[in-house]
Amino acid sequence: MTPQKKVRRPSSKTLKKSLTGIRGLDEITGGGLPTGRPTLVSGGAGSGKTLFGLGFLVRGATQYNEPGVFISFEETLPDLSKNAASLGFHLDQLVKDKLLFLDHVQITRSEVAQAGEYDLDGLFIRIADAVQQVGAKRIVLDTIETLFAQLPNPAILRGEIRRLFSWLKDKGLTTVITAERDQSDKLTRAGIEEFVSDCVIVLDHRIREEISTRRMRVVKYRGSTHGANEYPFLIDEQGISVLLPISTLGLDHEAPDARISTGIERLDGMMGGKGFFRGSSILLSGTSGTGKTSVAAHFVDAACRRGERCLYFAFEESPQQVVRNMRSIGIDLQPWISKGLLQFLAARPTYGGIEDVLLVTHKNISSFKPTVVVVDPITNLLMVSTLNEVRSMLTRLIDFLKTQKVTAIFTSLTAPGSSLEASEADVSSLMDTWILLKTVEVGGERNRALYVLKSRGMEHSNQIREFLLTDDGLRLLDVYLGSEGVLTGAARVSQEGREKAAGTVRQQQLEGRRRELDRKRQIFEARMTMLRAEFEVDEEVIQQSIAESTLLGEKLLQDRGQMMRSRDADTTAYQKRGRTAPARKR
Amino acid sequence: MTVAKKTGRARPHTPAPKTRAAHKAMPQTPQLWKLRLYVAGQTPKSIRAFANLNVLCKKHLEGRYRIEVIDLLEHPHLARGAQIVAVPTLVVDLPEPVRKIIGDLSDTERVLVGLALQQVG
Repeated sequence: MTPQKKVRRPSSKTLKKSLTGIRGLDEITGGGLPTGRPTLVSGGAGSGKTLFGLGFLVRGATQYNEPGVFISFEETLPDLSKNAASLGFHLDQLVKDKLLFLDHVQITRSEVAQAGEYDLDGLFIRIADAVQQVGAKRIVLDTIETLFAQLPNPAILRGEIRRLFSWLKDKGLTTVITAERDQSDKLTRAGIEEFVSDCVIVLDHRIREEISTRRMRVVKYRGSTHGANEYPFLIDEQGISVLLPISTLGLDHEAPDARISTGIERLDGMMGGKGFFRGSSILLSGTSGTGKTSVAAHFVDAACRRGERCLYFAFEESPQQVVRNMRSIGIDLQPWISKGLLQFLAARPTYGGIEDVLLVTHKNISSFKPTVVVVDPITNLLMVSTLNEVRSMLTRLIDFLKTQKVTAIFTSLTAPGSSLEASEADVSSLMDTWILLKTVEVGGERNRALYVLKSRGMEHSNQIREFLLTDDGLRLLDVYLGSEGVLTGAARVSQEGREKAAGTVRQQQLEGRRRELDRKRQIFEARMTMLRAEFEVDEEVIQQSIAESTLLGEKLLQDRGQMMRSRDADTTAYQKRGRTAPARKR
Repeated sequence: MTVAKKTGRARPHTPAPKTRAAHKAMPQTPQLWKLRLYVAGQTPKSIRAFANLNVLCKKHLEGRYRIEVIDLLEHPHLARGAQIVAVPTLVVDLPEPVRKIIGDLSDTERVLVGLALQQVG
């Protein structure tokens, strides 16, 4: 009873706690259930009480070296073993190894008559014997309240059960008592919760909109702090695991520096030339028909080419459909499936609750050990759950993937009309890289374009790039910027044409101007020639008149000289001038 | 089987007081009442139960009963086999069907019903 060596006590120094080994619960309770004290696990039919108890015992026996006793008041032992086996517990082996003792308490009311006072010493003795046989430290009573239906005189029974609990406490047994809860205002049918004052856990299995979800809540934990919220939990082949809320998840996963190709060369180019970080989460969002699956398929194809394993969760299309569709853009996924590198998991999430989805993903990732996971699309999860739940589920999934260093692509369908960047499922903050795909509607056609909205820890292009889905896969086109932003498709082509035409016109205009200049020059020169010609004509005329005038003057002088000579005038001046001037002129 | 160890052998006292039950049952079939009384140690309840049983048997089943007292403290595993939860428990193996009567057997009427001696008012 005393050597609880293996039990760690992370949060409480005063209260000893026994780890349950139930993933998540130990975190909520800060180290497990109170050691040596009874814990009441209450829940409706099918809420997982028995499994809780079994998990507690099996883990105690296998992980913490604490053998256990299971007293079943309802299920027979063969049934119990069978049910437990379907959940991965091999009770028979544990019984053989003396790590577990199973006992079934069966009372048929019709066979029993009461005649006077009784006590439950028979049960006490059975329990004591069982505990002694395996050296048990843990015990589960499932469901002791059944006795109320089987044994007469509830007053005696209550007293005896109370005595039993304190007796178990005295023996230092860490006890789990399950109880059926059929009314929401009561924890147990017979009100035995008042005897169990140390720890009370309520399990809940509720159906909302035809979808089942399981919840767990620690109602009370005397002497210890505990998470008070409702936590969803799963029942899988490892038993119960509680899905912790975001707040309790540690953010201490490694961040690898390695980069892996997106499978699209030019998209790599948009992200520093190297692609995604390994182990990062990538969101591909866009309206329908934008090519989300195609981008994801490229990534898958590239990963398989490198010889890595990929797990593809198809929530919308069947694997065959995806393979066929991707073949049309030149990606053949079939060889990878045949080689066992690619595994498809197609299911409509409506089939199970959201936790089942998480469970399935967890399970398959653990078993297949992929390096790349595609979830296509996460939006379908919203069909089965509320936004909050999807968000917390994705957070946990991403967290899990990160710890496994799995690179994950989530596609997300944006409802038409809603804002593109108000991310569906509101999970963008969880993602490391967000590639937004959209269609650009111009001139009566839709063209696809993508851009990297964010990509943590790396430089990335800020350009909106048009891409085509061709027979050879997705092809990113050059950035074409027109006057009205990025141009795509026919608009781009026509804009190119327009600009070409405009260029020709400009050329023509230029040439026209040039010709005009030439013409003007010619006119100018022609005018010059004409003016010169006129000038020459004028000059000639003027020269002629000058000459005539000169001649006339000489003539007059001559005439005067002749007159003087004829009059015999001998003025020297006249003589000189009269002789010399005509001589000089000649 | 070393089972029935501490069997408080019912002492069939020779002078049998004639009761109606004995009278009625005797001529038809010499039916044997095979009884097992499970107790947990010498508690007042178990002592009381044994005493009550003896009185009853002597009164109604003189010479036709056998009582086996099983102390579960000594044979704890027998509790499992016989599905004993409450003590004292009287198991009526014979006559068939098997039935159990729990308690200290102070309620004589109920015990008689349980023993299939209901005609005894």
